Amino acid sequence: MNCSECDAKINIPDDAAVGELVSCPECGADFEIAKKDGSNVELKPAESVGEDWGE
Amino acid sequence: MSKICIVFDRLRLEEKMLQEQASKMGHDTIVVDAKTSQISTESKKGDIDFGDVVLERCVSYFRGLHFTACLEFLDVPVINKYDVADKCGNKLVTSLLLKKHGVPTPKTYFAFSSEEAANLINKVGFPIVIKPVIGSWGRGILPLRDKDTTEAIIEMRDIADGSHDRIYYLQEVINRPPRDIRAITVGNQVIAAMYRKSQGDFKTNIALGGDPEICEITKEMEDICIKASGAVGGGILGIDLMEDEKRGLVIHEVNNTVEFKGLARVAKKNIPQEMINFALNHVRK
Repeated sequence: MNCSECDAKINIPDDAAVGELVSCPECGADFEIAKKDGSNVELKPAESVGEDWGE
Repeated sequence: MSKICIVFDRLRLEEKMLQEQASKMGHDTIVVDAKTSQISTESKKGDIDFGDVVLERCVSYFRGLHFTACLEFLDVPVINKYDVADKCGNKLVTSLLLKKHGVPTPKTYFAFSSEEAANLINKVGFPIVIKPVIGSWGRGILPLRDKDTTEAIIEMRDIADGSHDRIYYLQEVINRPPRDIRAITVGNQVIAAMYRKSQGDFKTNIALGGDPEICEITKEMEDICIKASGAVGGGILGIDLMEDEKRGLVIHEVNNTVEFKGLARVAKKNIPQEMINFALNHVRK
């Protein structure tokens, strides 16, 4: 899986689940795992932290 | 065997811990991403599988609040209730409820325009803490110690012009050790508490890197935490306390979607297990 921002390789851990975040090790862009079916993974850009985020 | 549903918008360690614990306890689990869900006035309870009970765990306060309203419309049991989330999400409302219910809480002052906020600060005096009425992780909270900084902050709030920026929430500075206490209440029980030490600055939030250390649950702490929980309507809550040098423990915040990964590292009780048992007992009643 390559980063849509900088094309670097992003490693997705085997136990990663839909909804989890992964970061590009090179440019730092955050992505959310949108779909995961075995080794087929779909990423989408993660939401940025909102004003109402937190507890 | 029951089915526990976790509604989320970002799958954090806490949600995974809850899921894993429910499975260990022999229950089915289901996770629903609020961001990819659709609900309408025509929706019926069975249209989406929400299991037997929902733990609403959205990191976005407004998303979680409105999703909870939809779940209650569908008659899906959800923790926490909309009413509780609504009260805890607004610091002004929480402060009023704590005081009304006799819970020791810092003196807090409110103003509804920038001019009157300046007058109020002038009357009460420095230092004083300014907090946004809605917001978490310590964002926007700072101690005001002089006139120049205060004027700059008020000006910034005027420019920002968010819907809550003209509601001024000002709180006395508590003379305390450089730490606060986070307690987790589940129903009528305080299940764990920890000290959150500051990293040399004013704030103590774990989200900001505060260092967790287990805190003994005293009778005083238990009593006021349970009272605070009752004041907002109960459920699963994160209660923030400070040790006032003169008054003892005071509660300054009650959090609706409690984060517990820091506390889980040091707590004696199994926090996810307590939360799941509470959720199941809630539907069995």
